Amino acid sequence: MVDIPEHLLLRSAEAKAKALGVPVEQVLAEMRGEALPPSASTTPSETPEVSTPDDSETSAGEEPAVEADVVAIGDVAEPEVQADAQAVEPDVVEQPLAAVATTGDAGPDVANSQPPASGGDSPLAATVSPRPVAQPEAVPEGVRTQRLLTVVKARAIQQVKSSPADKVNTWPHLMIAEFTALLVMTGFLIILSVILQAPLLELANFNATPNPSKAPWYFLGLQELLSYYDPQIAGVIVPGISGLIGFMAIPYIDRNPSTKPSDRKFAILLFTFFLAGSATLTMLGVLFRGPGFNFTYPWADGIWFDDLKDWVYFE
Amino acid sequence: MADGNGGLRLSERIGEMATRVRGGSVWESMFRPGSPLKKGYSDTPRNRSYVIMNSVLYHLHPVKVKRHGVRLSYTLCLGGLSFFLFILLTITGIFLMFYYRPTAEAAYLDVEALSTSVAFGSLVRNMHRWGAHLMVLTVFLHMSRVFYHGAYKPPREFNWVIGVMLLLLTLLLSFTGYLLPWDQLALWAVTVGTNMGGFTPIFGPGVKFALLGGIEVTGNTLLRFYVLHVLFLPFIIVIFMAVHFWRVRKDGGISGPL
Repeated sequence: MVDIPEHLLLRSAEAKAKALGVPVEQVLAEMRGEALPPSASTTPSETPEVSTPDDSETSAGEEPAVEADVVAIGDVAEPEVQADAQAVEPDVVEQPLAAVATTGDAGPDVANSQPPASGGDSPLAATVSPRPVAQPEAVPEGVRTQRLLTVVKARAIQQVKSSPADKVNTWPHLMIAEFTALLVMTGFLIILSVILQAPLLELANFNATPNPSKAPWYFLGLQELLSYYDPQIAGVIVPGISGLIGFMAIPYIDRNPSTKPSDRKFAILLFTFFLAGSATLTMLGVLFRGPGFNFTYPWADGIWFDDLKDWVYFE
Repeated sequence: MADGNGGLRLSERIGEMATRVRGGSVWESMFRPGSPLKKGYSDTPRNRSYVIMNSVLYHLHPVKVKRHGVRLSYTLCLGGLSFFLFILLTITGIFLMFYYRPTAEAAYLDVEALSTSVAFGSLVRNMHRWGAHLMVLTVFLHMSRVFYHGAYKPPREFNWVIGVMLLLLTLLLSFTGYLLPWDQLALWAVTVGTNMGGFTPIFGPGVKFALLGGIEVTGNTLLRFYVLHVLFLPFIIVIFMAVHFWRVRKDGGISGPL
């Protein structure tokens, strides 16, 4: 139940009191549920019920933060309005719903007969239209009765789209696959570590520069570039600008909304070029660079990369 | 069944014991409703939801996922494996920290002693090193997979940016770890690597100086890289990972299908 702010309650009560010609205090008391309605012609229930949105379909379990938005609706003899924040766009509920005159001659029977038309679980969206569905009948010309009917929640901060999707339970379908992958990876790593010894050369010596000196393998592509180009280009522009900033900017440069491979041939071509290029440069740096960072053939002169020394043997 | 002497068979005793433990209040308090470890678990759709919804797993996974995302051929599990390798590296790394002192005098001897005289020391060190290389590889392949699926497109643009940051942090973690054995390979690979970074104009030399704690690799560098490697970078990467995983779910779960 959402508490209606005091100033809104007061404003609503004033408007209603003006329309009905009764004291403000009476209407206010009635709205708060402290006193019985002055006559049967006024609405039976004044405290609207706001149902909390059922966000089970988001399957994320979070309550979307919403701001309460107070909506004034034309005088309606409707016991309750279910403001389902997700079923309808709530901020269009600002127009009078099927408005019913509640003054004098309309009598209690109107008040009682009206609810089935718009209340309950009949699609509220149908009655919610940008324009009034029906003009108030017995309200004098120029008097627009306003009454606080309900407090509905404003649009959720996050857009919850619940389009039907083919889904399966995470347990067991995803968890089993993940757990298997995890076990396989652990097994693979243990076997690898039993077979291959991590390199440990002699103690670090500042006076004995090994020839060649190579960076870790993931930087060897860059080192390879550095041997071709000026450091300003290979050491700055390629890794810094195109590598880092360029990669981060990809989603903002590629505005093509499609994810179909046939629609994004150019993007795929570029990325594949990058992959092939970096793989080639890294392989060159790891395997085909010997003393003085000159070209060698690994099958002729052996591997000049210490991380790999125990991996591959060439006799 | 009685064994003829009025006693129970061992298997029956164990079974009875297990039933008593699983029905006990301590066991009951350990698992929330719907856990498969709880007594009386049955494989119903409701319990399948509870397994996720009522456990800490709910921080990582929704109750339901898109069917195509479960297929191994879609993701190759690369993101999950990267995360798992990070956990493995944390565990093995903590083990290594017990035997390692980040000083120019002690580091190399410690690594040597670890490899020769500590139980499983060599295995754990190998796992840490190869796991680190593998993680660089899986993170990079994960990025490629995401690119080919176009999974960086709206609303997932920013998660891609976070992902690139994670790749960078992974490289930095690996690179800082490279120096710690303090052997010839470590020293000169890091020298070459930081020289390359030093080519960056304006702030390049400054960054290099701050990173090395001097103009070349020294014992100061070792301490810096150690602190970066075991404390600072893991701290940062965990934060980025948390945001990354959170955004995966908030941006509508896994992308696709193609």
